[in-house]
Amino acid sequence: MKKVYNKIKSIAGNVITVQAEGVSYEELAEISSRRGKSLAQVIKIENDLVSLQVFAGSRGISTNDEVRFLGRPMQVAFSEKMVGRIFDGSGAPRDNGPDLTENLVPIAGPSVNPTKRIIPRKMIRTNIPMIDVFNSLVVSQKLPIFSVSGEPYNELLARIALQAEVDMIVLGGIGLKHDEYLFFRDTLEKGGALQRSIFFIHTASDPVVEGLMVPDLSLAVAEKFALQGKSVLVLLTDMTNFADALKEISITMEQVPSNRGYPGDLYSQLAARYEKAVDFDDAGSITVLAVTSMPGDDVTHPVPDNTGYITEGQFYLRNGRIEPFGSLSRLKQLVNKKTRKDHRAIMDGMIQLYAEYKETEEKRAMGFRMNPWDQKLLRYGELFERNMMDLSVNIPLEAALDKGWEILAECFEPQETSFRSDLTEEFWPKTEAASE
Amino acid sequence: MNNPQGSVRSINGNLLAVEFEENILQNEVGYVVCGEERLKSEVIRIQDTTAFMQVFESTKGLKVGDPVAFSREMLSVQLGPGLLGQIYDGLQNPLPELASRHGHFLPRGVTLDALDAESKWEFTPLVEPGATVRAGIPLGRVPEGIFTHYIMVPFSLAGEYRVEEIVPAGERRLTDTIAKLKDARGNIHEISMVFEWPVKVPIQTYRQRYAPVEPLTTKVRIIDTFFPVAKGGTYCIPGPFGAGKTVLQQITSRYAEVDIVIIAACGERAGEVVETLREFPEITDPRTGKSLMERTIIICNTSSMPVAAREASVYTAATLGEYYRQMGLHVLLLADSTSRWAQAMREVSGRLEEIPGEEAFPAYLESRIAEFYERAGLVELPFGEKGSLTIGGTVSPAGGNFEEPVTQSTLKVVGAFLGLSRDRANARKFPSIHPLESWSKYPTLVESAQVSRAKNILFQGNEVDQMMKVVGEEGTSLDDFTVYLKAEFLDGVYLQQNGFDEVDAVTSPQRQQYVFGKVFEVLTAAFRFDGKEDARKFFYELRQRFIDWNYAPWESDEFRAQEQKIEEFLRERIVHEESVQ
Repeated sequence: MKKVYNKIKSIAGNVITVQAEGVSYEELAEISSRRGKSLAQVIKIENDLVSLQVFAGSRGISTNDEVRFLGRPMQVAFSEKMVGRIFDGSGAPRDNGPDLTENLVPIAGPSVNPTKRIIPRKMIRTNIPMIDVFNSLVVSQKLPIFSVSGEPYNELLARIALQAEVDMIVLGGIGLKHDEYLFFRDTLEKGGALQRSIFFIHTASDPVVEGLMVPDLSLAVAEKFALQGKSVLVLLTDMTNFADALKEISITMEQVPSNRGYPGDLYSQLAARYEKAVDFDDAGSITVLAVTSMPGDDVTHPVPDNTGYITEGQFYLRNGRIEPFGSLSRLKQLVNKKTRKDHRAIMDGMIQLYAEYKETEEKRAMGFRMNPWDQKLLRYGELFERNMMDLSVNIPLEAALDKGWEILAECFEPQETSFRSDLTEEFWPKTEAASE
Repeated sequence: MNNPQGSVRSINGNLLAVEFEENILQNEVGYVVCGEERLKSEVIRIQDTTAFMQVFESTKGLKVGDPVAFSREMLSVQLGPGLLGQIYDGLQNPLPELASRHGHFLPRGVTLDALDAESKWEFTPLVEPGATVRAGIPLGRVPEGIFTHYIMVPFSLAGEYRVEEIVPAGERRLTDTIAKLKDARGNIHEISMVFEWPVKVPIQTYRQRYAPVEPLTTKVRIIDTFFPVAKGGTYCIPGPFGAGKTVLQQITSRYAEVDIVIIAACGERAGEVVETLREFPEITDPRTGKSLMERTIIICNTSSMPVAAREASVYTAATLGEYYRQMGLHVLLLADSTSRWAQAMREVSGRLEEIPGEEAFPAYLESRIAEFYERAGLVELPFGEKGSLTIGGTVSPAGGNFEEPVTQSTLKVVGAFLGLSRDRANARKFPSIHPLESWSKYPTLVESAQVSRAKNILFQGNEVDQMMKVVGEEGTSLDDFTVYLKAEFLDGVYLQQNGFDEVDAVTSPQRQQYVFGKVFEVLTAAFRFDGKEDARKFFYELRQRFIDWNYAPWESDEFRAQEQKIEEFLRERIVHEESVQ
C-alpha cells in the first residue's frame, strides 16, 4: 500500500515539508514533479507535518506535486552482479547497464557488536616506505588522507587500491570532479582491478543531497561482502563534501550549529560511517581509506578535527609527500612487532632525528652558524627526504628498513642516535665507517 | 496498578515528543513500542502534557501515534556479585550475551539482565537475627574472583532495620531471598543479593569523605613523580587526536595499583575497546596472579552506538565504581572520552532547542561535569573501612585547543591536569604529557623539593632553548647550554618511557625513587667541559647509558652492572656537588 499526498506546505533549500499521516521516520518517498521523479527521505516528523530531504534538490517542485511514500527505508541491491558496475548516489546505474532490483538490503544498519570484532593483525603492504615503515596500514583500519586541494590524494588512493592485496574494492565518490571519476575508472581498469570493484559515484554536478547517501551505500554493500568472508577495501573521497552536505541540510532545518555552521552531531554522523570498518571474528573485513580535504590547510577545521578523533590515525599529504609529523597509524604497533625486530626502532628513531633536523633547518634559515652536529642533521634530513619520503620510492618494507640503517650510518655514530645498543650492534652497517 | 501510557507526537533524530495523561517522573524510563520492538528511552523534559524523551536506540521507522509505556523507574543499573569481568554497553546490557543471541550486529529493542539471575554464589552471613542494620551494612559476603563481595543492605533503604531472618551459609541463587528486614513501622523487606540503583544519583552511603592524599601509582614516571594522582582524587588528560590519550589510559588500566578498574569507553573507537577486551583475559595481574579481566569492568558505548546511551554510559560506570567502593575497595574509573559525553549532551540540547552556550554546548555543561567528577572520593564506610573511587577522564578538545568549554570546565574541578602536547607526540616522545603546562595538587612519591628543583631545570632549559632560537648557540654561554642539556637529559631518560617495552613501560615506585635520585644527582652536579660540543657529546652518551639502564629489569644483575657503568662514566666528569639551593 503506497500513500500519496500532494499538500506540500513548505520548500526550503533541499527540504520540503508535506502534510501526511502514518509516515515512519527515515522512510523513503518519491516526488513526481515536472522535472521528473526524485527520491526523498523523511528527516523529521512533527504531528502531521513531515520534512523530507529531496535527493534531486527542490528546484522546480510545485506545491501540489505528488509525494508518494514507499513504506520502506533506503535500500540497495546486493548481488555478485554489482561487481564491475558503476552506480550513482541514489544507487541507480550510471554505466548504462541494467538496473538491479533484486535482493534489496537496508543501508545504514546497526553497528557491530564490539565483542564480535577481533584485534586487527594483518598488515596491508603498499611498498610506500612512509606507510609501510613509519605508519603501517592494517586490515580493518579506518584512515583518512588529510590534504589541501591540489595535492595528489586521488592518485595516492588509486595507487594504494591497486597495490593492496584485497578481494574487493568499493569506491564511494562524493562531490567528485568528473575528470577525477574518469581517472579512477581508467586507472583501476588499466591496473586490472575494475573486475573486483564497485563504484558509487556522486559528481560535483549532481544534486548535493545524493552525495549524503554514498558512504552508506558503499559501506552497506561492503558489509554484505565482508560477511561472506571477503576482505573489502572501501575508498571514500572526499568526506569533507559529505560533511558540507550535512551542514547544508542542518542549517535548512534551523538546527543550532556548533562550530563554523556544522551540526552538533557531526562527530556521531562521521563515526557512524567510519566505524563500519571491521575485522569480524568469523567472517571478512572492511578497511576504509578516505580523503578529507582540509580547507585552508587547517587541521583544526571541524571536519578534519572530528575525523581525526574517529579514525585510527591519518596521513598528511603535503607537497606531494606523506608528512612524517602528524601522520600516524594507530594500529601499526599491532603488526610491526612481527615484521622485523628493528622495525619499531627505525620507525621512532628516524622520526626523532628528522624532528631535530627540522629544528636545525629552522636555525639555518635564520642564519645561525651550524655546529658539527647540525651539519650531520642537515645531511641526514636531505637523505631522508630523498630516499624515504619521496612518493616515487616503491620498495618493500625490508628493503626500506635496510635503507634506513644505511642513511643513519652515512650520517651518524651509533651512540648519537639514541637507539638501543643491542640493535645498533646487530644492524649498523659494518663496512662503512661514518665519516667526520 | 497500570503504568502510564503515552503516544508519540513528533520525531526528530533520537528525540521524541510524547503526549501523556497521568503523572510521570523526570528521568523516567519509557518504552516506545514499534511493531515487535520496545525501544528504551528516558524523559528529559516535561512541558504540560508533552514529555520530551531521548531514545537510546535508532528511531528509524517510528511513527506518530506509536504508543509509549512508562515504567515509573528512573534509569537504573543492577548491583550485585558478577559484575567483575563483564563487558556492558552504556545501559548495562552484557555485550557477549547479546552477541551469542543476536550475532554480529547490535539488535534494536533488546534488553538483557545485567546479572545472571540463575548464577550461584557461596554465601556467608555476617549478621545475626536481631541485629540492627542500616543501608550499606554488610549482611553477608560471597567470594567474587579474588575479592570478597559484601552483600549489603540496599542503599535506597532509609533508617534502621532489624534483621528478622538471615539464611545460613551455603550456595544461593542471585535472586534468592537471603534476609528479611523489619523497618520501624513493622513492614518486612525481603533482601536478595542484587538490587537496583538510579545511575544519575550518586551513592552517598558513607560516614564521611576525606581529602585524597595517598598516591595512586600508575607506574608512569612522569605522572607518579611529577604530576601524581591520589586515591579518591580526580585527573584529566586533555590532548589533541594522535597525542596518545588512549595509549596512556590503556597502560594505566593495566598497571595502576588499585583493586578494581572500570573502563568507560564513551563514544570512542570500537577497535580500542576490542584490544582491551581481547587482551585483558590473557594478561596476568602481577599482584594477584589472576587474569587482569577479573579486576576489570568494561562499559563500552563506542562512537557508532546510539548517542543517548553514550550519555548514560559514564553514569553507569560511576555507579558501578561507587558500588565497589562501598566494599572498602580502591576503584579507578577511566573515562575515555568525556568530550564525547559532553557532545552527546550537546546533541540532545540542540534538538530540545535550548539556548546554546559557548560552542553550542548547553549552559549546564559545567555543572554536569562537576557533578560527575565529584562522584570520586576517599570515604569512610558505614562499617568503618575506607574505600576510594578515583576518576580519570580524557578530554578531546576541538582542534587541540585547551581554551574550549569542556577542557576549561574540567580543569576547574579536577586535582591533576596531564596536558598532552601535539609537538611532543609528533617527536615520538611518549608519554606526551607536557612537563611545563601540567600540574597536580596531590603529593608525589619522591621528595617534593627535589621535584620542584627538577621542574625548575626543565623551565630554565626551555628558556635557554627559546633564547637559542633567537641568538643562536654561539650566543649562549656554556653554563646556560649545560642547563639546556640537563633539561633534555631529564626529559630523555626519565620523563619519556617506552610504552611498548615490558620493563620500561612499568616503573615501580621503588625504582622511580631510586632512579630519580640518580637523575637528580646529574641535574645538580657541576661538570667540566671543553666547549659545547664536548658537553653535548657527554650528555648524549650519558643519556644512552641511562636509556639502556631503563630497559634492565629492576634489581637484576644487568641493572646493577649498568648502574656501575654510569657511576664510572660520571665520576670522570663531575667536578663537585653543587649545594642544593
